[in-house]
Amino acid sequence: MMAGPLLLSLKLAAVVALLLLVVGVPAAYWLAFSRWRGKFLLESVVALPLVLPPTVLGYYALMSMGPRGPLGKLWIAFFGHGLAFTFGGLVLASVLYSLPFTVQPLTAAFGSVDRKLLDASAVLGAGKLRTFWRVILPLSIPGVVTAVVLSFAHTVGEFGVVLMVGGNLAGVTRTASIAVYDDVQALDYAAANQTALVLLLISFAVLCAVYGMNRRVWKLWPAS
Amino acid sequence: MLLVVVLAALSSARPASGQEIAVAAAADLKFAMGELAANFEKQTGNKVNVTYGSSGNFFSQIQNGAPFDLFFSADLEYAKKLEAGGQAEPGTLYNYAVGRIVIWMPPGTKVDLNAQGMNALLDSAIRKIAIANPVHAPYGRAAVAALKKAGIYEKVEPKLVYGENISQAAQFVQSGNAQAGFIALSLAISPAMKDSGEMWLIPAELHPPIEQAAVVVRNSQKKEAAKAFLEYIKSAAGKAVMDRYGFTTPPASEVKRKAA
Repeated sequence: MMAGPLLLSLKLAAVVALLLLVVGVPAAYWLAFSRWRGKFLLESVVALPLVLPPTVLGYYALMSMGPRGPLGKLWIAFFGHGLAFTFGGLVLASVLYSLPFTVQPLTAAFGSVDRKLLDASAVLGAGKLRTFWRVILPLSIPGVVTAVVLSFAHTVGEFGVVLMVGGNLAGVTRTASIAVYDDVQALDYAAANQTALVLLLISFAVLCAVYGMNRRVWKLWPAS
Repeated sequence: MLLVVVLAALSSARPASGQEIAVAAAADLKFAMGELAANFEKQTGNKVNVTYGSSGNFFSQIQNGAPFDLFFSADLEYAKKLEAGGQAEPGTLYNYAVGRIVIWMPPGTKVDLNAQGMNALLDSAIRKIAIANPVHAPYGRAAVAALKKAGIYEKVEPKLVYGENISQAAQFVQSGNAQAGFIALSLAISPAMKDSGEMWLIPAELHPPIEQAAVVVRNSQKKEAAKAFLEYIKSAAGKAVMDRYGFTTPPASEVKRKAA
């Protein structure tokens, strides 16, 4: 069975979604509330992975992770080995690849919180951090869930970047999408079918969760 | 006006001339095929459009009706399967070459590849070794076979990383992410790599021959032109080009046997 690659994909997606949440919340907060005129520059950078072909990202990742690349040099200095062909390398590439899928829903959610509530919170003496935790975040839960679910699903669906920097190592970098490709290449359609079907079901379930939540079919947060 | 053009085209069309054939070729032919096609075009006035890729991909595509006239597979098995499945023109299967593999390293590697040969891979300076995926790439299978025959597969296996094909194995080494790689001789002596590293040719007896074969696609509308190109590949001139790009071509007698 293809349980190994599937588990690896899920593990990678979970780590990436978690890391992206940590990075994405402050980034989205800044994007939602900053009034800097150059903000569009950062917005563009965040959205880049949406339009860049995975091959471009994969190519840059492969080159920068090598011993002559900036990332590779840094990583070797700290850990003594290169970044390509490691789980860490995949995580890093996937964080970049899925960045917009976390930051954009979060930014939209933070930005749509009624400003009057923020003003009220400030008038009542709450600092920015307290306002964020007590007002903005609770009102943005659907956006947070969307961000986590989408970045998770997008990472599960990643193929091109992993193919270019992964090295196809069982248990380390052979994700489910790569396993499907390998099976098709080897004309093992039965194995490809199994993994492909599971991926299809996971993707469908994830999208149902997101769309269902946006239509408020399920109440995942306290009714207001 | 259109009629005139059509008539002119018809009248000038001699058999197997002035036609355009679509060729699907394994990635290891990248450099040899360019020259072969150019020579053939000059001789016959036919045009050859080559698409390079993985033999497995082409196999699936041709099975599903891809509009190729001629298929050069890096793996004899794919050509045989097409023939067995009725997607290849009967009698056209031809073993055009046997591939060779080399160990390739970037310049300045602190390992004496020439003196140590395959044992150079055991050196601790070699941390990652790139090979084509043995599950579906014939060159990868040959690399694994050679490592096993040399008795060092178990020791080297943890260092292996798998490229989708030999080109990707080469990329892994060229980008410095792997310190050595098994690639096709045809790639190692190509203009793109010739002067950027050192290589060690793996003795042919260390692995089963990497037999490569071509077939004319059954659905082709330009079989005559495709067959003519295949004849050119079989000719002494065609073989000379193949030899120069690192392929071992079959002797004349074998051609007869395969063609019969």
